[in-house]
Amino acid sequence: MSTTERKIRVLVAKPGLDGHDRGAKVVARALRDAGMEVIYTGLRQTPEMIAEAALQEDVDIVGLSILSGAHMVLVPTILELLKANGQDQVKVFVGGIIPDDDIEKLADTGVTGIYGPGTLTDQIVSDVRKAVLGETGI
Amino acid sequence: MVSVQDVLAGNRLALARLLTEIENETSDGRRALNEIFVKTGRAHLIGVTGSPGTGKSTLVNQLAHYYRKPQDGQKPQSVAVIAVDPSSPFSGGAVLGDRVRMRDLAGDPGVFIRSMASRGSLGGLAAATSGMVQAFDAAGYDIILIETVGAGQAEVDIARLAHTTLVIEAPGMGDDIQAIKAGILEIADILVINKADRSGVENTERALKGMLSLAHPVERVFHHHGHIEETAPFQAEPSPDQEIWVAPIQRTIAPEGTGITELVDQINQHRVYLKNSGNWQQREMARLQNELNNLIQIKLTNQWRRGLSPQGYQNILEQLVQRSISPREAANLLINGVREK
Repeated sequence: MSTTERKIRVLVAKPGLDGHDRGAKVVARALRDAGMEVIYTGLRQTPEMIAEAALQEDVDIVGLSILSGAHMVLVPTILELLKANGQDQVKVFVGGIIPDDDIEKLADTGVTGIYGPGTLTDQIVSDVRKAVLGETGI
Repeated sequence: MVSVQDVLAGNRLALARLLTEIENETSDGRRALNEIFVKTGRAHLIGVTGSPGTGKSTLVNQLAHYYRKPQDGQKPQSVAVIAVDPSSPFSGGAVLGDRVRMRDLAGDPGVFIRSMASRGSLGGLAAATSGMVQAFDAAGYDIILIETVGAGQAEVDIARLAHTTLVIEAPGMGDDIQAIKAGILEIADILVINKADRSGVENTERALKGMLSLAHPVERVFHHHGHIEETAPFQAEPSPDQEIWVAPIQRTIAPEGTGITELVDQINQHRVYLKNSGNWQQREMARLQNELNNLIQIKLTNQWRRGLSPQGYQNILEQLVQRSISPREAANLLINGVREK
């Protein structure tokens, strides 16, 4: 029996307390339409919940939507938790309102993409593919 | 490469990876399934099915909660959840959203939730669901809750897989003619009317009760003189000692947890009934036989395909398209080399 084509599995999560999930849903939908399997966790997730979901779902990549301004705390915490769980290979990308000053710092943490308002979903889809299938994103 | 030893020792990351291998039907996954099979057969497999929006995920969340913190002094049981959502028939992608309703199970090491896309299967489950169940079973989970795709009338695969099947209804979904149609209601071991705080709950319950009483009207006993005498109406209260299980109807309001204790009690009674009546073994046998037959079908098809000349196949396909032979004759030609059989 032929093996099934490898599906990219993505966790789309909203850490923190802001309640705006429109962006996360738009991205989830775009990734779905690109043939990926997207696990959507819903609002107000703690970093621990996100890392645990990433583990149970054995995802390839995690997308974090953050509009609260807490990205410099949340993103490094989640990256650390993923590593602590043995999921070093799992990539992370971030969407939301990220001030210019933070973009470079955030990029240094090892995320594969940072997307602000106005980003084309095609861009995210192609970056996710690149990040998971080998080549680096940014 | 997945380590079966790690999975059996309770390593969650190893289990997660094994589930992926099984889902992708890799040779690693198949090898592991062969290895772990001997360890399976202990878990209680509980299927949860019903139309989209009836509250399956919320109910699964509450059930898992209850099994983790039983109110009746029992010891907590470990719970695995497999939640299946549909794949897009166009892109093959999927949004798997069942975790949204299960967020408060996070942080409990005795719970493992795995979302699954149906990947083209039509029966309400995915092709690899039964393999995933085996992995959870071997890893020692006591209770495995399997939530199907939001199912309409014919998605009944779950009844072949689960020991106990819950069919979830909600008030206002169809009249009593829906209730006597064949299909999903027939497979219910327990009928749940969720959202029981909504209006119309009495009508729904009446329709379901009517359906059940049509299925088991009365017990008929043959007398010596040859005529049939009707005995007392069939016992409608389910009990684990009876020979025929009559699906009980349980009202629940999942977000509040109303009715969950009673529902778990009924699930436990059903388990006792299955064990006492020998139905547990029968269901296991039917399930394994079903799986065996499916595998044989797949293997034979693949074997046949390997020995096939693409040219010969193309020729017969052309004759079929020109309608000079029928589909059945084409199949006979391809398999036996002769047109008639």
